[in-house]
Amino acid sequence: MSEQNAPARPVRRRATEEAHEGPTRAHAYVCEAASCMSLQAHDITLKLGEAAAAAGQSDVVVKRVGCMGLCAAGPLVQIPETGQLFSAVHPDNVEPIVAALKKVKPGVEKLPLGPFFEHQVRVVTENFGEVDPESLDDYLGRGGYEALQKVLSEMTSTEVREELTKSGLRGRGGAGYPTGLKWTTVAKAPGTQKYVICNADEGDPGAFMDRSVLESDPFRVLEGMAIAAFAVHATEGYIYCRAEYPLAVARLRSAIRQAQRAGFLGQGIADTSFTFDVQIRLGAGAFVCGEETALIASVEGKRGTPRPRPPYPAVEGLFGCPTLINNVESFASVPSILRKGSEWYSAIGTGKSKGTKVFALAGRIVNTGLVEVPMGMTLREIVFDMGGGIIDGRPFKAVQTGGPSGGCIPAQFLDMQMTYESLIEVGSFMGSGGLIVMDDTSCMVDVAKYFMDFCRDESCGKCVPCRVGTTQMWMLLDKITRGNADLIDLAQLERLAGVVQKMSLCGLGQGAPNPIFSTLRYFRDEYMAHIEERRCPAGVCEFDTAEVPA
Amino acid sequence: MPALYKKPSPPSDDKRWKIVETRMRRMGDKPAALIEALHAAQEAFGYLDEGALNYVGDTLGVPHSRVYGVATFYSFFTLKPQGEHTCVVCTGTACYINGAKEILARIERDLGVKPKQTTADNKLSVLTARCLGACSLAPAVIVDGEVAGKVIAGDLVARLEAM
Repeated sequence: MSEQNAPARPVRRRATEEAHEGPTRAHAYVCEAASCMSLQAHDITLKLGEAAAAAGQSDVVVKRVGCMGLCAAGPLVQIPETGQLFSAVHPDNVEPIVAALKKVKPGVEKLPLGPFFEHQVRVVTENFGEVDPESLDDYLGRGGYEALQKVLSEMTSTEVREELTKSGLRGRGGAGYPTGLKWTTVAKAPGTQKYVICNADEGDPGAFMDRSVLESDPFRVLEGMAIAAFAVHATEGYIYCRAEYPLAVARLRSAIRQAQRAGFLGQGIADTSFTFDVQIRLGAGAFVCGEETALIASVEGKRGTPRPRPPYPAVEGLFGCPTLINNVESFASVPSILRKGSEWYSAIGTGKSKGTKVFALAGRIVNTGLVEVPMGMTLREIVFDMGGGIIDGRPFKAVQTGGPSGGCIPAQFLDMQMTYESLIEVGSFMGSGGLIVMDDTSCMVDVAKYFMDFCRDESCGKCVPCRVGTTQMWMLLDKITRGNADLIDLAQLERLAGVVQKMSLCGLGQGAPNPIFSTLRYFRDEYMAHIEERRCPAGVCEFDTAEVPA
Repeated sequence: MPALYKKPSPPSDDKRWKIVETRMRRMGDKPAALIEALHAAQEAFGYLDEGALNYVGDTLGVPHSRVYGVATFYSFFTLKPQGEHTCVVCTGTACYINGAKEILARIERDLGVKPKQTTADNKLSVLTARCLGACSLAPAVIVDGEVAGKVIAGDLVARLEAM
């Protein structure tokens, strides 16, 4: 294990060295998720413990917790008793926190936290910023593994699947396939050996929800997978995680070890005859492996190339056996649904899009970070009320959703409800939940070119439309951004985009033209400015100096 | 009966091969362990040379051609040794619209290396990543395994030059 993969050391510490017997008066929660960690959050935990001890505060506990969501203001420290949040903390300046800890008295009122926190409905992220991600006890203390125990002792696998179907949960990986239906297909598929795979290959640039879930509450994913395994009669599970997320992998490894030791994984889970174990498989930097058949090939140790479906993995998947593949966020929703019931869950959200969705806010937005909101919240609420609007107060231009297969949503749809259906209606798609906000400094043709460059590079090369088409489309876009294109090129681009969309084998190729379609639909004027006036309205593109012959 | 199968031996008696060997054995020396074994070898040696590829392939019963195919398919694996220091520039969407392009241009202008290249004195390798998931820190880079956020091109180049 390289140094980077080594799990962070001290878990929590009392402020003083000698064990304190009395009750704890105050806590200091230090966010130790990847974003804050890169700003020395771990040193803050250590320094804060030392400083509190030096001040003689023996009834204070300093604890590391998972992501608090407001990554832009990191590193974050919170005193949960008062709700005070310290942002941009530096390890050498922890005195204000120590002073605030001193003032904490029992029964003190909580401060309001502002719309970023208060407008959220936390299901998947309910333990974020509350539990130590490497402590099973913390997870158990917040109702963890209650759902699995209830499932194993009181329910049949059919009842579990029915409950999930009633909850209306849909796949959180992007496509929104009903999860209950998928589970039922796998359960009914013939075969004795079945597998459960957790897709943690979060490749969409700009999306980091899954990373945060794995870093902040890894036990929740393991519990969700165990419930799924019970419901579909699987005994083995895999988590396919990106190698780019070393902290998430380290925390998962630690969680798996602890769960095995405590009897929540392995043989005879929770003193029943149910057996299920989980292994981690590392990705190796191939975006296409987020596609389920490519992911299966990769788990089998092969090149990650997709294959035609059907047969679907639910019938013929890993090593030829029926396989259930769900996204991290889907699995993380499962324990709450079974603990609180499908009626509670389906009451959140809108008609066909139930529950909550975690969004990653990034780009030209003030409060970059992570929010969990009920389905159906408007884009304006998310970007302006919670996200704090655009950096430097510049004009809003568009939100990009769904990664390289998604599209851009322009300002006229700011009051649209965010659901699976409405996003498809406006030519975008939910994707994994990355929202990238753009202002007038982004050129939409350049953005389309950026995504095409991504798809061109990540195309696995198996099918011709995608391999050749993405390169050709990129060349045409490049021509436009250099000011060398004419209207025939634009017409050719549109025709080619249609061909690639219809003829490609998997989602990567089928989705690759989406950024072109959506930018052409809403920002055709920018394309025309590039072509007819050799002008980039955002001032991003650099044109070749040689004039095109008229 | 004499044993027909002889377990392949590592290319050298470097102790780090033990790590690779153990990782493969834990997964039953099956072909499905290929990617994990390549990860182990790259973690131990920094890159994958022909000896490493062949050894892993022989142990797991995977043809050399397929091992090469897998090692070159995934962008995480590298077949060339890296420079003394590495600088990974994130080119995810959030970093891109916040200036990752300028960072790469500046590095190329001042240090004379393009992405996926190493400087002539073998000091620095420049790489790009699809997305580090550190979008709130955009633009982000990883210098020698440490993430740095909200990078300013000039400062980064100065830091790299000083190494």
